[in-house]
Amino acid sequence: MLFISLVIFLVIKLSPSDPTAGLPLTIPPDVREKIRESLGFNDPFHIQFLLWLKQLVYTEPKFWMNKLWGTDFEVGQRMISYATRSPVMDLVVQRIPQTLWVVGISYIVGILIAVPLGIISAYKQYSIFDQIGTFISMIGFSVPTFFTGVLMILLFSVTLGWFPSIYDTTHEITDWNSFLFQVKQSIMPIMVLGLFNAAQISRYMRASMLENLTQDYVRTARAKGVKERSVVLVHVLRNSMIPVVTVIALNLPSVFGGALITEQVFQVNGLGQLLILAIQGGDVPVVQTVTVIFAVLIVLFSLIADVLYGMLDPRIRYD
Amino acid sequence: MVSSTLRQLSEDEKSQAGQAHGADNVLEVRDLQTVFETQDGTVHAVNNVSFALKPGELLGVVGESGSGKSVSMMSLLKLLPMPPAKILNGEVLFDGRDLLQASEDELRSLRGGDIGFIFQDPMTSLNPVFTVGFQLMEPLRIHMGMNKKQARARAVELLELVGIPSASDRLKDFPHQFSGGMRQRVMIAIALACDPKVLIADEPTTALDVTVQAQIIELVKDLREKLGMAIVWITHDLGVVAGIADRVAVMYGGQIVEYADVDKLYDDPRHPYTRALLKTLPADEGLRMERLVSIPGQAPNLKGPLVACPFAPRCEEAHERCWSANPPLFEVQAGQKSACWLESEDTAGAA
Repeated sequence: MLFISLVIFLVIKLSPSDPTAGLPLTIPPDVREKIRESLGFNDPFHIQFLLWLKQLVYTEPKFWMNKLWGTDFEVGQRMISYATRSPVMDLVVQRIPQTLWVVGISYIVGILIAVPLGIISAYKQYSIFDQIGTFISMIGFSVPTFFTGVLMILLFSVTLGWFPSIYDTTHEITDWNSFLFQVKQSIMPIMVLGLFNAAQISRYMRASMLENLTQDYVRTARAKGVKERSVVLVHVLRNSMIPVVTVIALNLPSVFGGALITEQVFQVNGLGQLLILAIQGGDVPVVQTVTVIFAVLIVLFSLIADVLYGMLDPRIRYD
Repeated sequence: MVSSTLRQLSEDEKSQAGQAHGADNVLEVRDLQTVFETQDGTVHAVNNVSFALKPGELLGVVGESGSGKSVSMMSLLKLLPMPPAKILNGEVLFDGRDLLQASEDELRSLRGGDIGFIFQDPMTSLNPVFTVGFQLMEPLRIHMGMNKKQARARAVELLELVGIPSASDRLKDFPHQFSGGMRQRVMIAIALACDPKVLIADEPTTALDVTVQAQIIELVKDLREKLGMAIVWITHDLGVVAGIADRVAVMYGGQIVEYADVDKLYDDPRHPYTRALLKTLPADEGLRMERLVSIPGQAPNLKGPLVACPFAPRCEEAHERCWSANPPLFEVQAGQKSACWLESEDTAGAA
């Protein structure tokens, strides 16, 4: 983790970005220099890095503990965004619900579509259903989300006018109608991301099912008089889920990455949009913190994948 | 020539049918014909296979790889992937019912219930992600309507029956925690779970080492006496069959080429293929042979229907007739039939 954050830090520092670049040109150079100075931008690399690290793992946890459990640790200088002058973690916390809502639901939708699709496609291999399923997942897989997103906006917002083209983050759910509006405005980003996820996962599901359907134990199950439905949904599915669950868990962080672009298309101001704006504005603390959060997610979900793998497959269970 | 073959075939059928009605066969197969529709054409895997089994009898089915042994037995309960497999013709009478006409539900109630199956490879035939107990209790709960507790008790009983030590503890183990021989015992326990009337054992000992093989054979002999079920034992080991079978069907090219009581087959093998097979058995007494005997040539390609004797290319006694028509089974003597033109003079003379 430490290494990852160091690398991220160095990469950002080596890029020729300047937090004051976005400020009006009327600001004289010496004032700009002072602004840089006040942001700590001119300190040596290792000081900046260690300060950031201290803020991330020491200052911020203390602040959140105070806030959540009413403890009163002495909180030092919190991590401040160059561009907005507000604490980075506050920004992140503001943005997370939108991202979780869109990414989380789209992933669940994707899985819910992909698993049955993969099962049926494999069971009825080369049937019309399988052909169509394969075709759709090919499209979902190969067409990038920024294209399908814009296409959907064009179709459903501009032409048909069914859904709003822009996601309104300030919208609050107070009653049934406002809930419906929330659903309506989420449908498109969720479907775009969900289609992409479903395409990927259903391919894995189909391949894994096909591999298992021809195994000897399937014949044994049939010879025992097990119902065809249970043969497929109990015996084969349990085996087929092993690699698929791993893929699902391992892909989750990359979905956050994919959400970056989708969020941009639909103007969902989630984590992805925060990251993009921060990169454009040379806002080093934000970029670094958000990327490290992604890195943490990747490690975390790899771990979850391993644990799930052990739960599903008794052969590699650790005794 | 073709018409005479047909006539002889139908006579043969009649004689079989006559036998069948007289005896109380638990399983009777008539003219079973299974093909595989592949991209390169139709493979005739099983051609007019007929046999019958009385309760408590053990039929050995021998033949080399690809002779249609397993496919014919799996055709009985439609356990083959269909397509590509297709059963063109035949009757499978179990307790007087034709299984080939039975619905999927009827078949399912027989599979694992009245007809048990043991498969060749114990390493892959058990589901790796479920406990042995679950897999053993499944047929009990399906066919005998037992609840979890009853099924568990019966499962323990079964594992003890097949000689697995500390059975009740091992129910919650997974297949990978068992050795090959133990897994095959589990397979046997699954097949025996619902007291089947017929047990079909598809090379149950092929994947096992010789000591374990001997144990399994003893076990099956024992169980057969105890439970009185009819057994079809598929193997390519003639030595095993000699020890346990009542009757033997020798298969070649997807058809039965010799069908005889076990002592007659070993005393007086009539089909050249059977004779060749028996010669390949390593002698267990006297001087050791220099090297193992083998039958020259390869198993026949079964694309297309058989128009000649499938064994003709490898047969030392092949003559003109063998190349022009496929011989039907001739009754050589009571309890022995051979599909060879060399026998046709005898029967033709008699008829």
